[in-house]
Amino acid sequence: MNASSLVGSVRDHFPEAVMSSHIYRGDATVVLRRKFLIDVAQFLKEDPALRMNYLIDVTAVDYSTFGKRPAPAFFASSGVAASPSPQIPDEDPWPGPPGQSRFAVVYHFYSMTLKHRLRLVVPVEEDVAELDSLTSLWPGANWLEREVWDMFGITFRGHPDLKRILMYEEFEGHPLRKDYPVNKRQPLVEPIN
Amino acid sequence: MSDTSFFTSRLDEALGWARKYSIFQYPFVTACCGMEYMATACSHYDVDRFGAGLPRFSPRQADVLFVVGTISQKIAPVLKRIYNQMAEPKWVVAFGVCTCTGGFYDNYATVMGIDTLLPVDVYIPGCPPRPEMVLDGLMKLQDKIQRQHSTGRQSAPEPRPEILQP
Repeated sequence: MNASSLVGSVRDHFPEAVMSSHIYRGDATVVLRRKFLIDVAQFLKEDPALRMNYLIDVTAVDYSTFGKRPAPAFFASSGVAASPSPQIPDEDPWPGPPGQSRFAVVYHFYSMTLKHRLRLVVPVEEDVAELDSLTSLWPGANWLEREVWDMFGITFRGHPDLKRILMYEEFEGHPLRKDYPVNKRQPLVEPIN
Repeated sequence: MSDTSFFTSRLDEALGWARKYSIFQYPFVTACCGMEYMATACSHYDVDRFGAGLPRFSPRQADVLFVVGTISQKIAPVLKRIYNQMAEPKWVVAFGVCTCTGGFYDNYATVMGIDTLLPVDVYIPGCPPRPEMVLDGLMKLQDKIQRQHSTGRQSAPEPRPEILQP
């Protein structure tokens, strides 16, 4: 199934769940309302035309400072392209952050049998940073959701063991949130000099 | 040399000679520098020529702690504990720029140089260091061991320079 028919399939079955969708260079993205996540995920896994049996990745984005800070000086001087080359036409450009929500949780699905992939983006508000866990459908979501919780502080309802996975238990805060101070250190061992 | 007699100074020299050619290392390998450590240890470069060919995987049997790779805040207590378990006399080698200074990691997760945790004897910078640099560092460590007092007393490590925050 190609990218546009993947998006069409989700839109047809869940017309009220899809906020928007776009296809960037052959990769389909569907932006979902939060409460439909578990239903859409189950549909993606179990529909015979989709069969998304592999959850590649779960991650999140903090958009709270998006577009409000200048690009780091390193990128301006290093020759690293900050935007795509004008020689490559961009027919369907990235539409920008999904809505006004602070966070967006991003799921990447892949079908091993049918060889197609789809990205789900679920906007999450800061004051109710909570989502349904997908561990009941893909056991591999367990550690990925723990990582999102550890780094961004987004909780997952129904997760069997939601605790830190990368940082230590004594760590306070969520370091990939944009309001985590960039110079803040929380050493476990006091420096000797 | 002035505070030791002829006899003890010759004893120091003999002990230093014996120690520097029987380095039992404890490789504390956490990251990609480990590959270069292994390359140095294997037959092309062969650290056994310097008497350092037998890594011990128990800190209680080791003389030199090779800290190879990035040290995160999470593993820092483990490293400290390994160091404390080693018997005197003991030496520490910081292998690679991450252990020397933190390298390009300046973030919430990384220890900015293991000399904030332990006294370091030899720094081998590089990302990763070439095996030749490792051998050079090893020979510098041998020099240091040779010059050391027989009781294991060593001069205090240089204080860490003040880091200026921008």
